[in-house]
Amino acid sequence: MGMVQPIATRRSVTGISTGKLAVWWVLGSEIVIFGGLLSCYLFFRLLYGHWSEEAVHTNTFAGSLNTLILLTSSLFAVLAHRAAEIKDCRRAFMYLWLTIGGALSFLVVKGCEWTYEISHGLTIGKSLFWSFYYTAAGLHAIHVIAGAIIMAFISFDVIKGKNLQRVELIGIYWHFVDIVWIFLFPLLYIAK
Amino acid sequence: MESHEPHSEMYYVKIWALLLVLLIISICGPMLEIKILTLVTAFGIAIIKAGIVASRFMHLNVEKKYIHYMLYFMLLMVAIFFAGVAPDVMRNEGTNWINVESKSLIEHHANIMDPEEQEPEHH
Repeated sequence: MGMVQPIATRRSVTGISTGKLAVWWVLGSEIVIFGGLLSCYLFFRLLYGHWSEEAVHTNTFAGSLNTLILLTSSLFAVLAHRAAEIKDCRRAFMYLWLTIGGALSFLVVKGCEWTYEISHGLTIGKSLFWSFYYTAAGLHAIHVIAGAIIMAFISFDVIKGKNLQRVELIGIYWHFVDIVWIFLFPLLYIAK
Repeated sequence: MESHEPHSEMYYVKIWALLLVLLIISICGPMLEIKILTLVTAFGIAIIKAGIVASRFMHLNVEKKYIHYMLYFMLLMVAIFFAGVAPDVMRNEGTNWINVESKSLIEHHANIMDPEEQEPEHH
């Protein structure tokens, strides 16, 4: 008895699998979302020179640590993809959960950082700079959480040897989340 | 569908190590507090790191060309948005208008160098 496969694995009108094409389209829309938000931040950052007085209070160490964590989690994500390509399901599963571990570590560091900042009066309503700071980093953190949850679901199939193509798809999404942070980090933490 | 031999794990570890080196440079560069160096190390290296992650981790270097075109198009949309809105936001006055609040805010903070000024309002 044959299992019905999802269309995303069987159909390829455009030369790449439909599932992968869909992920790239999602990333295309995310480029405009984050690009629009960061463009708005840039407008005001360049206009209001006094924002440097606010920006000096961002925690560069925490930002650097989170950059390291996300780069390492991206490594694990691509190693998971490699393991899935050679059908090593256990290895792919392990690397997926190492990636999720990176996501959780990122969120813990972010949580500690924000707890300190908020407890010292640096809240989202304090100034327009801090509004942008929490909105941009918060939107990114939501994407980290969503990616980690989806990755967890995918891992449960992977350990059973099913839907291995999804490891690549979530990996592509995860690398994009990493790329967004690569730009957020200098904008929010370095440009003081 | 496209296919390629999977790289070894060490290949990706080397890419990761390169990214870490670039991260360290991008952190240390701005510490010298030279504006042009900050721009190059912080933002220039960010673009390079993003390119490396996109090409080597996301495998964009072996992806179909129309994916590249789609992504470039999205970046172009962001650039058009920036160029279209920037003149309104980043200027305080034009031919027939003045952004009074923004102008006064900038002037207010420019005057803050005077220690006799009272505590500024945050915006």
